[in-house]
Amino acid sequence: MECRDGNLVAFIERSVAKYGTGRENLLPVLRDVNEEFGYVSGAAFIEISRLMDISIGEIHGVASFYSFINEENKGNYIIRLCKTISCDMAGKDKIEKTLERELGIKFGESTKDGLFALEYANCMGLCDKGPAMLVNSQLYDSLTPESVLDVISEYRRNIR
Amino acid sequence: MKYNAKILSTDNVLLKNIGNIDPLKIEEYVTSGGYEALKKTVSMDRKEVIDVVSDSGLRGRGGANFPTGRKWLFTYNAQADQKYIICNADEGEPGTVKDRILMEGDPHQLIEGITIAAYAIGATKGFIYIRGEYRDSINTVNAAIKQAEEKGMLGKNILGSGFDFELSVAMGGGAYICGEETALIDSMEGKRGEPRLKPPYPPVEGLFGKPTIVNNVETLSNVPHIIVKGSEWYRNIGASCSPGTKLFMLCGDVNEPGILETPIDLSFAEIIKKYGKGTSGGEVKFAQIGGSSGNIFTPEMLEKVWTYERCCEFNVSYGTGSIFVCNDRRSVVDHLLTVAEFFEHESCGKCTPCREGTHRIKEIVEEFAFGEGTVSDLELLKELCLVMKRSPICGLGQACVNPVLDAIEYFKGEILAN
Repeated sequence: MECRDGNLVAFIERSVAKYGTGRENLLPVLRDVNEEFGYVSGAAFIEISRLMDISIGEIHGVASFYSFINEENKGNYIIRLCKTISCDMAGKDKIEKTLERELGIKFGESTKDGLFALEYANCMGLCDKGPAMLVNSQLYDSLTPESVLDVISEYRRNIR
Repeated sequence: MKYNAKILSTDNVLLKNIGNIDPLKIEEYVTSGGYEALKKTVSMDRKEVIDVVSDSGLRGRGGANFPTGRKWLFTYNAQADQKYIICNADEGEPGTVKDRILMEGDPHQLIEGITIAAYAIGATKGFIYIRGEYRDSINTVNAAIKQAEEKGMLGKNILGSGFDFELSVAMGGGAYICGEETALIDSMEGKRGEPRLKPPYPPVEGLFGKPTIVNNVETLSNVPHIIVKGSEWYRNIGASCSPGTKLFMLCGDVNEPGILETPIDLSFAEIIKKYGKGTSGGEVKFAQIGGSSGNIFTPEMLEKVWTYERCCEFNVSYGTGSIFVCNDRRSVVDHLLTVAEFFEHESCGKCTPCREGTHRIKEIVEEFAFGEGTVSDLELLKELCLVMKRSPICGLGQACVNPVLDAIEYFKGEILAN
């Protein structure tokens, strides 16, 4: 049983107060929590359910539908590489291999230190400048194996 | 990083300001002639505004080509205490970047268009539903809304006319299906973004059960120009059955990828040659027009001018206007597999034909990708696609089979030989 985390509760209370308790505000609240904590935990579901009067099952149904809401802690930096056609043709495979080799994980996995997670995304509107990826909400385009390694190094430096 | 697509055309209407004004300075938009249309609109009768848009022949630019004026008229005629307008900026169609460019490069053009539409249909609340991936668009549009409010172009008593209109941004959560208008509405109501059974259609019963217009960014960005210059001016651009300019995105195997604006009086081959500086890495083998669910065009088809009439005649669509060029070294099976994987992931799962069908399509295409496909597999694939064209409840399931059916028709030999 997870303990009630005071920080989490206070954060959700503030977020619900900001948007309101109406059902249409569920997604903004989920997004706030996701952004702040990196994911929406079971404890967060309970608090949101209590404050917005929506069943946990309903909230889970919504959260699991949207790929930008994480239900588990995947890592500090979630790297989403575009796998759609224009990025694929522009050399997505090389970027994919470089990322897997550098981080020592496959797509769908997270690094042991909890720093990075590798995922795919479907098109982010950078089709004339592929290959493209998102790191959390930051966009990177026209990637090469060299430039993607620079990006990784930069995030590693940030953490230290 | 600020995203700037290369603008390939020079004689532009919608793209005219982009790169030439600071999108975050409303004064620069006003100096370029901005908000003149709104001033004109608020002195007009509401029905008159709709008539001008109907007369212009403007059609929805999100891919469905529905006459905009007619859509507005449904909501105008609907009796309700509250009406809404939603700008669909959930641009997720692979190959499509136009809405991003319009929002980040000239947000006030869009805001003005939305406000005019709201006035015409009698909506007092509006939303721009922007996909979550577009952080820069969200920030730019939010800043522009604030400026417009300060200048009295939004909010209470707009330009002293007594018309109130409140506009805000809603943010998507990374789901392609939310570009479907009823899925978008469900998403805005805090639900899973799954398409609704129609009818009722949104113009009569949409957001929170109220009459709601959902229009694409490009559609609404056309509106201020039509109001200022008149419907006749608009009708005289391009072919008579496809008035106005259209934004096209060139990507894939072209020498110069980017975005361009042109009347529909050029063939796709001419567009590729004139604006994209030709095909790269070989001769053109085919182009997929209008995103992942778009039709596949052979080189012969690319030579034609695809007006709205011709599209109807041959039952094809240029959708959102992305032109995805593949050279003769590309494998059509690899192309189909990427597309099939995309739809397998993006099918929302609400209705069976699409949920199961997209999965089966991927499996069969995989057989061919592994070199194990047979003639009977191909027949099964075709049958499945024909069933899916008719049975799913929304456009995703119905349209995602287009490239597969086209590929079977034009490249049967290559698929079987793979």
